[in-house]
This record gives sequence, C-alpha cells and structure tokens, in this order.
Amino acid sequence: MEIMVNGESREVADDLNVDALLEMLDLVGKRLAVEVNLEIIPRSTFAKHRFNAGDRIEIVHAIGGG
Amino acid sequence: MSNRSSEELLTIAGVEYRSRLLVGTGKYRDLAETKAAVEMSGAQIITVAIRRTNLGQNPNEPNLLDAIPLDRYTLLPNTAGCYNVEDAVRTCRLARELLDGHDLVKLEVLGDEQTLFPDIPATLEAAKILIDDGFKVMVYTNDDPIIAKRLEQMGCVAVMPLAAPIGSGLGIRNPYNILTIVENASVPIIVDAGVGTASDAAIAMELGCDGLLMNTAIAGAKQPVLMAEAMRKATEAGRAAYLAGRIPRKRYASASSPIDGTFF
Repeated sequence: MEIMVNGESREVADDLNVDALLEMLDLVGKRLAVEVNLEIIPRSTFAKHRFNAGDRIEIVHAIGGG
Repeated sequence: MSNRSSEELLTIAGVEYRSRLLVGTGKYRDLAETKAAVEMSGAQIITVAIRRTNLGQNPNEPNLLDAIPLDRYTLLPNTAGCYNVEDAVRTCRLARELLDGHDLVKLEVLGDEQTLFPDIPATLEAAKILIDDGFKVMVYTNDDPIIAKRLEQMGCVAVMPLAAPIGSGLGIRNPYNILTIVENASVPIIVDAGVGTASDAAIAMELGCDGLLMNTAIAGAKQPVLMAEAMRKATEAGRAAYLAGRIPRKRYASASSPIDGTFF
C-alpha cells in the first residue's frame, strides 16, 4: 500500500505498524513524535498502531530554533 | 546589605529560575557552538523548534537534544513559522508528545513574512485553545499594552512583547509601551525579539522587564560565545540597575564634590 511519510510517498507492507516504520527508517530510539492524519500517536501505542493506505504520517523532532 | 539582584528569582508557571536571559538555539554554525553559547549565556530556559525528521539522509547525525544536557535546561518548544491557529496548536501538541508531556510552550502566530509581526486575533485564539488544553503558554506579542493585558487575563504564564522585528537587531523601539506593559503586568514580561547588542538588553531590563529572550543577537554575532557572555552581563546589569533605582534626569549639572571647605 502507499502512505505519505513527511510529504514523501512510500510503498510499504499492508500490515505496517509505527514501530516497523521507524525501524525501516533507521529511527529507532530517536526522540521523536508521530502524527497520522493530524492525530498524535502516543509512543506507548507504536507497536499496535497499524497504518492504512493513504495515511499521511508526520515524524517530527526538536531542532535549534529561536 | 545583601546583593538583591543575585537573590531574586524569575518565576514562570511556579518554577523559579536564577537566569533572566532565555535563549534560542537556532542559526548557530554547529551544535558545538550552540552548546558553548547557551552555556555561556547562563540561560536556564532554551527554545527549540519542531520540524520534520530528516528521512534517509544521515540518520545518525547528532540531534540538538542529544548535544545539550537536558537536565540542565528547561526546554521551551516554539511555534515559529506558524501563520495560523491550527498549525500553532498542532505544533504544541506534537512538542508535548515529543517531550513526554512537557507543557510549557512559546506560542507565536505570525502574520506576515516580511515583518514576522504577530497575528494578534490568531494569537488570542490559539492561546485560548492551548490554555484550555492544559498548556502553560508563554506568548509572543506586539508591544500593545491592551493586548498584553488581555493575554495575561486569559491565563498566559508569561507575556513576551517584541522590542523590534524578530532578528532585526533594532533594539527597544518603543520603550514607553514596554514600560506601560511592565507596570500593568502581574505575570512575567519577557522582551522577545529585536535585541541587537548588550546595551539593548540592559535597556529592556532597566525598564523593569522580568527577562529577555533572544537568538539572532547571539547566534549572528561574529563571536557568538563572547556575545552570549555580553548578554548575560547586560541582563544582570540592567536588572541590578532597575532594582537600584536610577537617578532622575536633570537638564543641568550638579557637582559631585562638596562646595563647603573650598580654599580658593
């Protein structure tokens, strides 16, 4: 299925969950927050939250800013 | 008599801070410079921005939150770059999730790319939503005393009027408005944006502001770490001068040496 991750389209397995996506992107253990279709996905539910085709996912972190 | 300026603390949302200088972490050459300048500034509250994680490229690139000893600082996520209520609220909620429930945020809703002046109606609306959602909101606003009071009455934990446009370095453009805001306030007033050099910081503090938030003035200096030191000292000096109470301005001289006992 196709999902959008940080504005880029990606082809992924149908049963992909948040943990697996982070592993795929080499982001395991990083301090970040995940939003799917404007809803925040709590870290505690990363393992069980599965994506649906067309989901718009944002993965964000803190950077320098004023 | 004891030195009052070193004892009195800045209280924001019930937490006490020794430093009255808050600094941003943007625009530095690298993380090492960020860390050194932030340390030198003596700041205890530092702002961060929330942005998309880079995918694919340099996944092991050091991150700001890894570079900075988090136990020494209170992080203040900002909503920089947000031009509407939805983006600002969304950014704060993501920041809260990112920082494990941390609810102190810096709200700014910008109105225009050229001036980066705040969009006040949108700022008021976003502040209400965030306060109702349990956030402790430090709010960027213009130097309008009426709006500053309104934001305080809504429940913002600190009101942060600009001194001049963000990143402009123009200094305190309207000291009388800042003074009016300070005189009427019962939450901390922190001048946010526009400071260019140490004397600007001192002027803001001499007006009675409770603190200062700056980024570009330090990060954009030729020697950021040295400027961080200058800003720390100016903030402290300005605060001490405010507490000490300056002499009134007079048009004519008054001699410092006694007239009595002259022999000529």
